[in-house]
Amino acid sequence: MQTKTSKTALFPYVLWIAFFVITPIALVGYYSLLDIHGNFTLDNYKAFFTSVYLKMTLSSFWYAFLITFFTLLVSYPTAYFLTKTKYKQLWLLLIIIPSWINLLLKTYAFIGIFGLYGPINAFIEVLGFDPKQMLFTDLSFVFVSVYIFIPFMILPIFNSLDRLNPALIYAARDLGASAFTTFRRVILPLTMDGVKSGIQVVFIPALSLFMITRLIAGNRVITLGTAIEQQFLVTQNWGMGSTIAVFLILFMVIIMLITGQKKDKGGRVR
Amino acid sequence: MKKLSATARVYLAIVFIVLYAPIFYLVFYSFNSGGSMNHFESFTLEHYKAVFEDSRLLVILINTVIVALLSALISTIIGTLGAIGIVTVKDSKMRNTLLSLNNVLIVSPDVIIGASFLILFTMVGIKLGFTSVLIAHVAFSVPIVVLMVLPKLLEMNKSLIDAALDLGATKKDVMMRVILPYIQPGIFAGFFLALTYSLDDFAVTFFVTGNGFSTLSVEIYSMARAGISLTVNAISGLVFFVTVIVVVGYYFITSRASKRTGGTQ
Repeated sequence: MQTKTSKTALFPYVLWIAFFVITPIALVGYYSLLDIHGNFTLDNYKAFFTSVYLKMTLSSFWYAFLITFFTLLVSYPTAYFLTKTKYKQLWLLLIIIPSWINLLLKTYAFIGIFGLYGPINAFIEVLGFDPKQMLFTDLSFVFVSVYIFIPFMILPIFNSLDRLNPALIYAARDLGASAFTTFRRVILPLTMDGVKSGIQVVFIPALSLFMITRLIAGNRVITLGTAIEQQFLVTQNWGMGSTIAVFLILFMVIIMLITGQKKDKGGRVR
Repeated sequence: MKKLSATARVYLAIVFIVLYAPIFYLVFYSFNSGGSMNHFESFTLEHYKAVFEDSRLLVILINTVIVALLSALISTIIGTLGAIGIVTVKDSKMRNTLLSLNNVLIVSPDVIIGASFLILFTMVGIKLGFTSVLIAHVAFSVPIVVLMVLPKLLEMNKSLIDAALDLGATKKDVMMRVILPYIQPGIFAGFFLALTYSLDDFAVTFFVTGNGFSTLSVEIYSMARAGISLTVNAISGLVFFVTVIVVVGYYFITSRASKRTGGTQ
């Protein structure tokens, strides 16, 4: 008797999966085989393996790596200290609030902050150096991206640290482990799942940023995302854009396999 | 628990300052009578006035809110039904497939979602504009609702349903008076997240919006590309204000709800 209700309930959802999950991916795959006039061709794939696109892919990965690395570097200690505060849920909420402010607005703020007459340059001048144009540099791009991603990295790490049984830490200390050893051998391995999901939620979007690259990095930094946007909306070459998208999806799957968590068998029924 | 060391306090303070400084910087200069974000001349509300006098901007603001509310509502319905459907699927392979498909749109980069939806809408023949943006927002909000509702359904004790059925409840009664009230916090959380996803989205909207239709994010993007305009600062002041109110409200609602249900967080 449950089956009938479940079928009615599932119907719109399955329709949604068919239309907005499977069809779009299939369409991207299909379009990647079309040239700009709509003829079947493998030229897009050939083009992707030329030095121009390979270089772009490499640099995109390099930037994504830098962004993820620095985000993790800032977020892990933050999450760790947060779990030690008294009203930790409230503090966590305060960390999350900035991520709810529109992304565009935060990026826009940095146009002013890093500008030639902005506060950073004013500070540099006070120190006695000449003001420099900081917008449109790699540094500003990485900084703004790290700033944007920090809350997303903190959240999963905080959760895994929060679940950690403190008795394990006391046990390690009682058995003579130094603070560092406790961290390396007990805390870090047990919170690796949080770190992995943090990396996942930062690295994949970092590969595909295009708004920040345009606004903050000028056109100096070209990520896979920028290239896709360029092909789709500027050049109107949907075929090439889809080909890059196919590779981005491939990279995404690979990253997810690397950072994926081992699932308990048979779903998550406890 | 041990008290925080001084280093930890300083570190947290710095992180908080860095996270909030750009936002306060924006809001601070929204009151600047000079035209730039560098030199504060004197206090003024003219930029806020400019926002409310710009009818085009107001239309965009209303559009953004309508799209957010509608898409959150529709995706909450589809997502909640989907989650209820998923838990009744007995075949574990089938269930896992559904769950993996559910997560595709969550982990997909915005650019991919935007580009593939653009192809989809063009092929199906949906005109780019309000409809396409709304459909896209519903589409990417559904999985997050499912993820919010699912845990609540899984933690629900099955004997509750059996008990209700034994006591003579119809299937409709079970749904309306047992299941839905129990998973209500999950549904609310899903609705809220869908709302914020929609309000915050830039990339997907940017791809599937036509010439005539714009949301706040897309508009800010084009304004920011043109350079600094303190109208954008005024908008951010308003957005920040609304966000804080919503977050505080949400915090109190959830903390009250969790107190009522016995502190399950």
